[in-house]
Amino acid sequence: MPKRTDIKSVLILGSGPIVIGQACEFDYSGTQACRVLKEEGLRVILLNSNPATIMTDPEMADATYVEPITPEFLEKVIAKERPDAILPTMGGQTALNAALAVAENGVLERYGVEMIGANQESIRKAEDRELFLAAMGRAGLEMARGGFVESFEEGLKIIDRVGFPAIIRPSFTLGGSGGSIAYSLEEYHEKLRQGLNASPVHRVLVEESVIGWKEYELEVMRDRKDNVTIICSIENFDPMGVHTGDSITCAPAQTLTDREYQRMRDAAIAIMREIGVDTGGSNVQFALNPKDGRMLVIEMNPRVSRSSALASKATGFAIAKIAAKLAIGYTLDEIPNDITRLTPASFEPTIDYVVVKIPRWDFEKFKGVDDELGVQMKSVGEAMAFGRTFKEALQKALRSLEQGRFGLGADGKDRYGVHMMGAEERVAALNEVKGRLPKRTSTSIFDAYDALKLGMPDHEIAAVTGYDLWFVDQMAQIVEMENVLREAAPSLATPDRETLHDLLWNAKQHGFSDRQLAHLWNLAELEVRAMRIGAGVVPVFKTVDTCAAEFQAFTPYHYSTYEIENESLRSGRRKVVILGGGPNRIGQGIEFDYCCVHAVMALRELGYEVIMINCNPETVSTDYDTTDKLYFEPLTFEDVMNIVDHEQPEGVIVSFGGQTPLKLAKALEAAGVKILGTSSEGIDLAEDRQRFGDLITGLSIPAPAWGTATSQDEAISVAERVGYPVLVRPSYVLGGRAMEICYRSEGVREYMRNATQVSPDHPVLIDHFLEKAFEFDVDAVSDGADVVIGGIMQHIEEAGIHSGDSSCVLPPYNITRAQYETLIDYTKKLARALNVVGLLNIQFAMQRGIIYVLEVNPRASRTVPFVSKATGVPLAKIAAKVMAGMPASGFGLRDMPMAINHVAVKESVFPFNKFPRSSMFLGPEMRSTGEVMGIDSSTGPAVVKARIASGNRLPTSGALFATLSDNDKRPRVAETLRGFADLGFTILATDGTSRFLTESGIPNTKILKIVEGTPNVIDLIRNGDVHLVINTPAGEVAREDEKHMGAVSMEYKVPFITTASAAAAALSGIRSLLEQELQVKPLQEWYV
Amino acid sequence: MNPTRPKAKLALENGIVFTGRAFGAVQSETSGEVVFNTSITGYQEILTDPSYYGQIVTMTYPHQGNVGTNHFDVESTKVHAAGFVTREASRIPSNWRCEKSLDDYLRESGVIGIEGIDTRMLVRILREEGAMRGVISAQELDDATLVERARSIPQMTGLDLTSYVTCKEPYTWTARDTSGYLLRPVSSFEERGVFHVVVMDFGVKHNILERLASYGCRLTVVPAGTGAHAIMAMEPDGIFLSNGPGDPDAVKYAIETIRELIGRKPIFGICLGHQLLALALGATTYKLKFGHRGANHPVQNLSTATNEITSQNHGFAVDAESLKSLPVDITHINLNDGTVEGFRHRELPLFCVQYHPEAGPGPHDADYLFKQFVEMMARENVAVKA
Repeated sequence: MPKRTDIKSVLILGSGPIVIGQACEFDYSGTQACRVLKEEGLRVILLNSNPATIMTDPEMADATYVEPITPEFLEKVIAKERPDAILPTMGGQTALNAALAVAENGVLERYGVEMIGANQESIRKAEDRELFLAAMGRAGLEMARGGFVESFEEGLKIIDRVGFPAIIRPSFTLGGSGGSIAYSLEEYHEKLRQGLNASPVHRVLVEESVIGWKEYELEVMRDRKDNVTIICSIENFDPMGVHTGDSITCAPAQTLTDREYQRMRDAAIAIMREIGVDTGGSNVQFALNPKDGRMLVIEMNPRVSRSSALASKATGFAIAKIAAKLAIGYTLDEIPNDITRLTPASFEPTIDYVVVKIPRWDFEKFKGVDDELGVQMKSVGEAMAFGRTFKEALQKALRSLEQGRFGLGADGKDRYGVHMMGAEERVAALNEVKGRLPKRTSTSIFDAYDALKLGMPDHEIAAVTGYDLWFVDQMAQIVEMENVLREAAPSLATPDRETLHDLLWNAKQHGFSDRQLAHLWNLAELEVRAMRIGAGVVPVFKTVDTCAAEFQAFTPYHYSTYEIENESLRSGRRKVVILGGGPNRIGQGIEFDYCCVHAVMALRELGYEVIMINCNPETVSTDYDTTDKLYFEPLTFEDVMNIVDHEQPEGVIVSFGGQTPLKLAKALEAAGVKILGTSSEGIDLAEDRQRFGDLITGLSIPAPAWGTATSQDEAISVAERVGYPVLVRPSYVLGGRAMEICYRSEGVREYMRNATQVSPDHPVLIDHFLEKAFEFDVDAVSDGADVVIGGIMQHIEEAGIHSGDSSCVLPPYNITRAQYETLIDYTKKLARALNVVGLLNIQFAMQRGIIYVLEVNPRASRTVPFVSKATGVPLAKIAAKVMAGMPASGFGLRDMPMAINHVAVKESVFPFNKFPRSSMFLGPEMRSTGEVMGIDSSTGPAVVKARIASGNRLPTSGALFATLSDNDKRPRVAETLRGFADLGFTILATDGTSRFLTESGIPNTKILKIVEGTPNVIDLIRNGDVHLVINTPAGEVAREDEKHMGAVSMEYKVPFITTASAAAAALSGIRSLLEQELQVKPLQEWYV
Repeated sequence: MNPTRPKAKLALENGIVFTGRAFGAVQSETSGEVVFNTSITGYQEILTDPSYYGQIVTMTYPHQGNVGTNHFDVESTKVHAAGFVTREASRIPSNWRCEKSLDDYLRESGVIGIEGIDTRMLVRILREEGAMRGVISAQELDDATLVERARSIPQMTGLDLTSYVTCKEPYTWTARDTSGYLLRPVSSFEERGVFHVVVMDFGVKHNILERLASYGCRLTVVPAGTGAHAIMAMEPDGIFLSNGPGDPDAVKYAIETIRELIGRKPIFGICLGHQLLALALGATTYKLKFGHRGANHPVQNLSTATNEITSQNHGFAVDAESLKSLPVDITHINLNDGTVEGFRHRELPLFCVQYHPEAGPGPHDADYLFKQFVEMMARENVAVKA
């Protein structure tokens, strides 16, 4: 069946900001869909509020709406564009929910828009557990015992039938949020209530626990002729009970016989047909009782998902691309397999390697949150690795995570030095480990490793952890190899080349890194590397080809392994290697992948062969379509050097992927690799505080006073010298990790006591903190002589909030012409002084009219994609070309003018709903996972759009509760509150704030503090009597009652504003909401 | 790779020798045609599939033996593959149905396996140069000697191997307990055992018998050499031509028998059975470069224009050109290379497929063919009685 001719235009929905449970994978799928449908000659309209995506690049679609993904805005876009069809399956749950809403409220029908790729009924059937349960019954498949309850009382009734432990899953939530496990009736009461509240329809599923069962996923495709194929099977290393997004997983499934696998396959196909997924990809999850093979259906997602991104990268089968083609009428046999070219897409990929994915968590960012894993997803990113064996893939994946581990132990980071322990110590250690093993946490795999090293039998470990015995044996083999290697160390002194070769070869086939060998043999990594190369132990590169080598593959998509035949041929072209950003984490996410992808595109335009190295399966950069050559490999010195040695590129770009590649720059350069862009001298000059301090003094650019300290006393004396408040941080930071603002010496002492754990080799930096200052971000491109200012943003929050967390406005909203010129002048001076070649980002603060430089980063910054979306200038692309030798003046660009014909607002999105116990108050430590952009002709509507897009609706009337810190009891803040009062808001306040407001002449109602009894603000929020909370926390740590208030606001979805400037921005937004109806406009029109 | 296992070599006739470790019957040496199978699961079914007689099977998926072996997942009563090649043979099995490790299973079957070699490289060689003869040994480790031995064994072309795998005496097949792991019995007929099917056994897979039985057939399995007269004397409602090893063109006696049976009773053939039927009708067969072996081959059913993912295992194929002048319609083609996957006669009640609708291992997409056969017998029965 060929392409449908009745569809001429299609609206694709993105997934909005990166949040836990919805990350880069939907940029990958959406980008593929845009590309494919454009190639097919359709008019592509895109709606996505996330500016950091490749899919929102203006050339990806014909009309790109960076607007909130809500039914209201969706309707506006539909009314304006009148698309023939809407494709909601590429943008995760967000897109599916929005599409379902406009299907149900009649908008699609009214405008004659057809939903393709899915239909209302099938989405309902898959999403609504009651309907799903009934559908599974019809398909003859079993699900866990349980049922839906819509009230606490119903919940109490059903539990008798279900028993403990019981799983509580709220309906219609993202990433299983609000889901939990109850082991006792008492726990059940609490969790049932939470679950009912978390569900937008106040309904939860209570079901039999299958904790400890084996968990599998199948990725399935269906076309409109009812051809169904399985793209990939995935087996979870972690048993049921851990959200699949938080599980270590591997592809293909390892522990199924063919009969069991085929039974699962039959079930998946039956489910596709029963649910009625029209076309496209879906994901089906199963639980299998390891004792008797009883198979239960867990759920299905009628759309592409995180798992389909993983399956695409794991097999080479482009699920999203093909799903997009199926949606417009093609059938699987009509679509060629890109990789083999000669064979069609209507087959099932088969693979001849093992893929392991490991999630990455950022628990250290959320104080008070424990790292126990459960049915609610908590990880913020993931790394994936290929190996010819599970052992190799597992160890590669562990080092890809970049959390200081270089494999499964033996890297100097182990909890126990087992080989040096006496018998008694071992017993004690084993008892400790046995205490930890039953609990699933972010480090459980290392607990299993410890248990193996301490001699706990495999089958006992399997029984306690729920890891399949096969996986435990694989880990045991790694541990045994470690012991062999440790024993072998002395013989290195008498190198018999063959023995050494065999030993190293064996180690490498078990996935051991040079770093692990260096640790085991007490050598430097470079010594191991030299010895290894001397012994002829170098990796080969195999191809990911969908077909296990049965057919010739044309797509250069490779991974390393230690075997005989190398398949990656070095071309004679000029080539550049670009290092990606690795797994997503807070502080380093999609923005950097965006920059890497742009660098790839730019250098391909210049005729280079561009080679990408990355290990994040979610991203556009790891799509084999994006680059000339893709190596899916860990971003460590060893792995990168292996590729560089093989490819012999002209240079390597390290400045686009964030800290990960940047950290490798020195070692790579020392190994003789040419780093393109700013020299390491320039980088060092920017990063070395002393040298940088001297530089800016020479340039007469003001900066806050600072100093370094290695002891508590020293820190106190530095703090006194630079003046309180002070900002303290380790000298190496990522995303503001371990940064704090201290107002007194006690704070500094406390920090110093804990800080040494972060980075023992480096001193602590202490800066004077500029309170109540405006902050600015500047992104520019420089070739060392010419500097072009790409964007200048002013933060909404005052200085002290991490720039990655604060909202910002482009162009600046509160600045004089002279100050604007000063920012440009300082930026250019600094770029030239550091001889920056490529991108640079500078953070400035303005206090009492004086502009201070806070830091200079001669590399891609988090704000580059936002600036590009706001201005239409592809900064990253230009920077890449400059790094390849083109002059910055060669692109016809001028510095961003102070006034442009629109305003763009960036707002950050936080995972607090996943971590209800953590504080919601912003600070110097970055905690946001993603961002949205609001764009409009003036600040007010842009702010409103950004708020709505980030999931925080602003009320236009009602009651506002304000509690201000003493610092904020000042005229400007009073004016903001007066503004709310003028708009008709009732203002509620507790004692101190109430007095301040009354003194300022603002009518208000005094209410009780939490400690003063009831009814207090908590009760009012719960009763729905508060519609907006403005709570600016007192200088240091938020008080307990403030935390409580934040959590309750979150629970009842009341907007919660924590800074005075954000309150002012909200006011301007609400004003514009009241004045006019919001309009939508595509980026392409803003740029005109 | 388990370093405690003895060193072993796999030598190919083109002179390339791989070094690894032996498992299974490590004392033995084996030779045969080296082929590869791309199915991730199902090694036990593959090892016991009589069509692999005389072949050394390389599994492309690197981990084999993870789930051990059991008495249920077999396609015959013993291991027929001559040897087994994998990147890594699991040292422990893990599955609730497991009874024995792969290592023990092969040892008891007297079959040698080799692990620890670059199987992907081996596959690429076979893909480029074609299936070739090879030797696995843990006894003789001299490369030149092994290559010489590989070159000395007969080529697959021209070999009739059916006599090694067919049954000695006719037997009836009783359906096994299919609890859970086979497709649910799908009988559209009230009474089981309505149709009597004579199965010509060229190395029949148990799952074929199982599927026929579950569609209500009463089966008599007869040796490959059984003549047409003897078969007709059994008063079958239909005749089934099984899969099997070797070159179809070399099985002259069976082609002759089939020729005599054509038109007398409904006939259904699978794999070698399909090739023999083609030859009996006057078509020709040829050897594929490296064959089709796996569980992911896309086949298009031309009458419905839908696709099936199929299990395949064949080194020879029917020449499409040679079918053109015959009164048959090609019903199925392979979407990867366009080869003939099935045909039916325009007038006579006979049809056949190259692939394996019975799966074992592989997907169940083409199970409808068994039903089609039963329906054909029902139609013919009514016609005869009327």
